[in-house]
Amino acid sequence: MFDYTFQWKQAMAKLPQMLDGAVVTMEVAVLSMVIGILLAVVLTLLRLSGSRPLAAIATTWVEIARNTPALFQIYMAHFGVASFGIHFSPFVSLLIGITFNNAGYLAENFRGALKAIPETQTRAGRSLGMSQLQAFRYIILPQMLRIAFLPMTNQMVWAILMTSLGVTVGMNTDLYGVTQDLNALTFRTFELFAIAAVIFYVITKIITLGARLLAARLFRY
Amino acid sequence: MFDTALTANDLIFLAKGAGMTILVTIISVAIGTVLGILFGVVRVQLGAALAAPLTFVLDIFRSIPLLIQLVLANAFAGMVLKLQMSGLTVACMVLSLYTAAYCAEIVRGGIDAVPATTRRAARSLGMSWGQDMRYIVMPLATRVALPSWIGLALGVMKDSALVYVVQVTELLKSTQILITRLQEPMFLLLLCGAFYFIISLPLARFGGYLEKRWSND
Repeated sequence: MFDYTFQWKQAMAKLPQMLDGAVVTMEVAVLSMVIGILLAVVLTLLRLSGSRPLAAIATTWVEIARNTPALFQIYMAHFGVASFGIHFSPFVSLLIGITFNNAGYLAENFRGALKAIPETQTRAGRSLGMSQLQAFRYIILPQMLRIAFLPMTNQMVWAILMTSLGVTVGMNTDLYGVTQDLNALTFRTFELFAIAAVIFYVITKIITLGARLLAARLFRY
Repeated sequence: MFDTALTANDLIFLAKGAGMTILVTIISVAIGTVLGILFGVVRVQLGAALAAPLTFVLDIFRSIPLLIQLVLANAFAGMVLKLQMSGLTVACMVLSLYTAAYCAEIVRGGIDAVPATTRRAARSLGMSWGQDMRYIVMPLATRVALPSWIGLALGVMKDSALVYVVQVTELLKSTQILITRLQEPMFLLLLCGAFYFIISLPLARFGGYLEKRWSND
């Protein structure tokens, strides 16, 4: 039954290529996270704006992002928009898909964080002569980002894991895509994907540990 | 006016895909929840140090993309063990363990949320460990855990879109097959997205409602 010979050496020889792929994976994840946070702040502002249509747009975004599979969102960004004659490269499609997803989830996290900040603080800021936007920028936003720091870390890990979906729209430069291509060449499926899994594991561990250190440094009082 | 080449047969094909999505989700969530409760209780019972190996293994399932877990399991079963397993079996096994890993975390959170003093009071009243678990911890922990569990079940439904990689034709894969033939990506994708959305949104809202209702008492 157990007559399979593992060929780790052959697979390990591909490690440099896979690490290059890991760099691309990181690029996508970090970019999607940075843009995602900015968009989530905008969505939060729209929800706070008091304008019905603007809040409805934000809520629709959040609900679609949270209630459909990430893979569907990436398909939409690649095959869906192709109906309108817009053709994105796999990298861009993947980035748009993950960013859309990140922004939705983060906006919901931010909403939860906002509940923990007393509304009186905004009013105090306003009575000190700040504009609504200034009060948000200098009083609410820093606290909101702090409270939502842990969910943001989780979302970052999710973003890393989601990059593996890029292969479905033809992405072949990220870690999963590279592994898939190598697999097509060598047929060492188990060995190659096991190495990819280890790389993914190490990346996510580095991110969670890094975030923990960062939190200890940023929020120490 | 709106015009599509979608036929009744195609709709049945899509419905079959949707059925597969639901089937995979129900099997995985059912097995995963049972395992998750088991792992969660064992983790709390053993304490952080003794449960470290279990924590480590469960953490792996949450730190590696599901796609890779599926490919690895499929390759391991097919190439290494030379078992004749259907894609559905592999998909359900992987998704169950994936669910269990998250569920264990939720269960642990729920049990930890029950005050130690309450449990000690139960034991002082002469309840056994089992009685304490059954009559004190379970009702209180469920209040904390159920909203997250609903979220997890919906998450598994959405993640089940990835099982196409082990040749299980679920909803998104059926949609993609139809897209290849009909060349109407936008319409078909909207149809598929609407299905997920219609199942997911009400349940997610219900979870949020429960969370709100049960939070301050």
